[in-house]
Amino acid sequence: MTRMTMIEALRSAMDVALNTDPNVIIFGEDVGYFGGVFRCTAGLQAKYGEERLFDTPINESAIVGLAVGMAAQGMKPCVEIQFADYVFPAYDQITQEAARLRHRSNGQFSCPLVVRMPTGGGIFGGQTHSQSPEALFTHVAGLKVVIPSTPHDAKGLLIAAIEDPDPVIFMEPKRIYNGPFYGDHSGKSVPWSDHADSEVPEGHYTVPLGKAAIRRSGADVTVLTYGTMVYVTEAAVKEAGVDAEIIDLRTLLPLDLETIVASVEKTGRCVVVHEATRTSGFGAELMAEVQEACFWHLRSPIQRVTGWDAPYPHAQEWDYFPSSARIARALTSAMED
Amino acid sequence: MAAKKTTQKAAAKSNVSGEELTQYYRDMLLIRRFEEKAGQLYGMGLIGGFCHLYIGQEAVVVGLEAAAEEGDKRITSYRDHGHMLACGMDPNGVMAELTGRIGGYSKGKGGSMHMFSKEKHFYGGHGIVAAQVPLGAGLAFADKYKGNGRVTFTYFGDGAANQGQVYETFNMAALWKLPVIFVIENNQYAMGTAQQRSTSTKDIYHRGEAFGIPGEIVDGMNVLSVKEAGEKAVMHCRAGKGPYILEVKTYRYRGHSMSDPAKYRTREEVQKMREERDPIDQVRDMLLTGKHASEDDLKAIDKEIKAVVNASADFAKESPLPDVSELWTDIYAEAEVQ
Repeated sequence: MTRMTMIEALRSAMDVALNTDPNVIIFGEDVGYFGGVFRCTAGLQAKYGEERLFDTPINESAIVGLAVGMAAQGMKPCVEIQFADYVFPAYDQITQEAARLRHRSNGQFSCPLVVRMPTGGGIFGGQTHSQSPEALFTHVAGLKVVIPSTPHDAKGLLIAAIEDPDPVIFMEPKRIYNGPFYGDHSGKSVPWSDHADSEVPEGHYTVPLGKAAIRRSGADVTVLTYGTMVYVTEAAVKEAGVDAEIIDLRTLLPLDLETIVASVEKTGRCVVVHEATRTSGFGAELMAEVQEACFWHLRSPIQRVTGWDAPYPHAQEWDYFPSSARIARALTSAMED
Repeated sequence: MAAKKTTQKAAAKSNVSGEELTQYYRDMLLIRRFEEKAGQLYGMGLIGGFCHLYIGQEAVVVGLEAAAEEGDKRITSYRDHGHMLACGMDPNGVMAELTGRIGGYSKGKGGSMHMFSKEKHFYGGHGIVAAQVPLGAGLAFADKYKGNGRVTFTYFGDGAANQGQVYETFNMAALWKLPVIFVIENNQYAMGTAQQRSTSTKDIYHRGEAFGIPGEIVDGMNVLSVKEAGEKAVMHCRAGKGPYILEVKTYRYRGHSMSDPAKYRTREEVQKMREERDPIDQVRDMLLTGKHASEDDLKAIDKEIKAVVNASADFAKESPLPDVSELWTDIYAEAEVQ
């Protein structure tokens, strides 16, 4: 076991994958020589060479398109999109080629591809470096969508994603690359080294896709969340003084409905939290699933805390970003009968 | 007559045998008759939705397949029936996919525009204009990575040639010297938009020069010219010199799809092309004048092809419809997700 930041854990995952399987290759904008804009691939080109890990032109569409062709031939490309906000030119390739190759070829070809991308806000990135577009991918049959929240999970999930036979959208909450974030943007930043989940095993291990983790067990109310919001929710639970069960979804697609339903049936109350905009956000899907599966167990309306239906702001970031205070209010509302 | 002379010259130059010529005749005729039958089945309501016929363009795929070797890859857009037949896929499986039956190459999950064959290294049929172009470069990348000496034929049309991802792909293919042949099937019309109304230049291949990719114009109505250009491109790629562009000037006789009123061109224009430059007639003339085949020989071939095509139509009508459970198969590697 070593203590790692999420960046180091992701790097370790790619190191393991490159070392294990010669079909694994990594490419993207600035990932090679420079080591990635967030340093996730630093040092790996020197270790594995330019054939296995290389820089590309700034062409998201062709980066993913080439990767689909490689994957169809049995290679395992793991590509980096520098920010989730840059993925839109590649949306066509991801949704219409990668996600559907297996189905429309009747299983003759598949697309074992990983598209990594830093996601979310809280870094003062403004409109085009802060968005959380996960719901654009959870809407697409054929994809898997993963968002880790700890260094331990980041490594295990990324290795599992690279080894997975289907295309995986791997979204990395960049606000917690270097430490957990509890929502206090003016306070001192907290390093991963103080957190138990920064203990990362050496070598190969996987965290299975499609399995949620219970970050805090509780009896009163279930909170469904993922990524950075796991930590902001932890702070909110303390503020509200409720015995909440916090479920970190880890994989949004396929969704671990079993864990969710068991928890909501136990607590009878549910709050959904994410950074992304509210309308048609993944929270809407979570609310619908919980309502369908747990209606007769619910004791109060399901609450939802999200980013607002506005472009991600520059000056008003902390009015937009779901705060622990907003989540605490939702928890209190959920506790009312 | 002018066309005939050119073909005879091409035949002499490429030293093609009567046997080979007969094979090209047979392969092109299969595509034509198959497409005519598909058009009929469409008219009878047995094929629904979209159906893009390849009639008129047969020399392109037959010529290039003659330049390919086992293990080479091919990928194309939605006008894909000809490519599949030319690379040896079973007409029954192709026709049954058109009718959406279980015996189709994709068990009815793909339809006219989306079929594949791992066995024949055919990587699809893709319905989004130009989206297959980066995939083709990715296939070539994998071959280069494996060091197996294979090349990928990446087909797209003059319409697709204006999509941005084509040029993203040109840049990467040239940068990494990928063994990919970009085949621009220039049939002069992007659906109903004539090339001069959509494209700033008369020729498209020289756009590759900006990326350092060599290329040339090819007479796409002449199977021997296509084959010869294909061999040159293949040699270039196999020598590790990177991508090559073939802009194959061709012509489709039928509409873009089945619902095309074809008001964007004159009947005379189509007629002229059919009469003077038809790729199958050209080879037919060469076979007869070169005494490689008699009228009777050709009649026998016609009869054989007709039987194959009729059998494919029968198969496509008789093959059962897929069960509704197929809706959920092959979405993920694991069992059904619902």
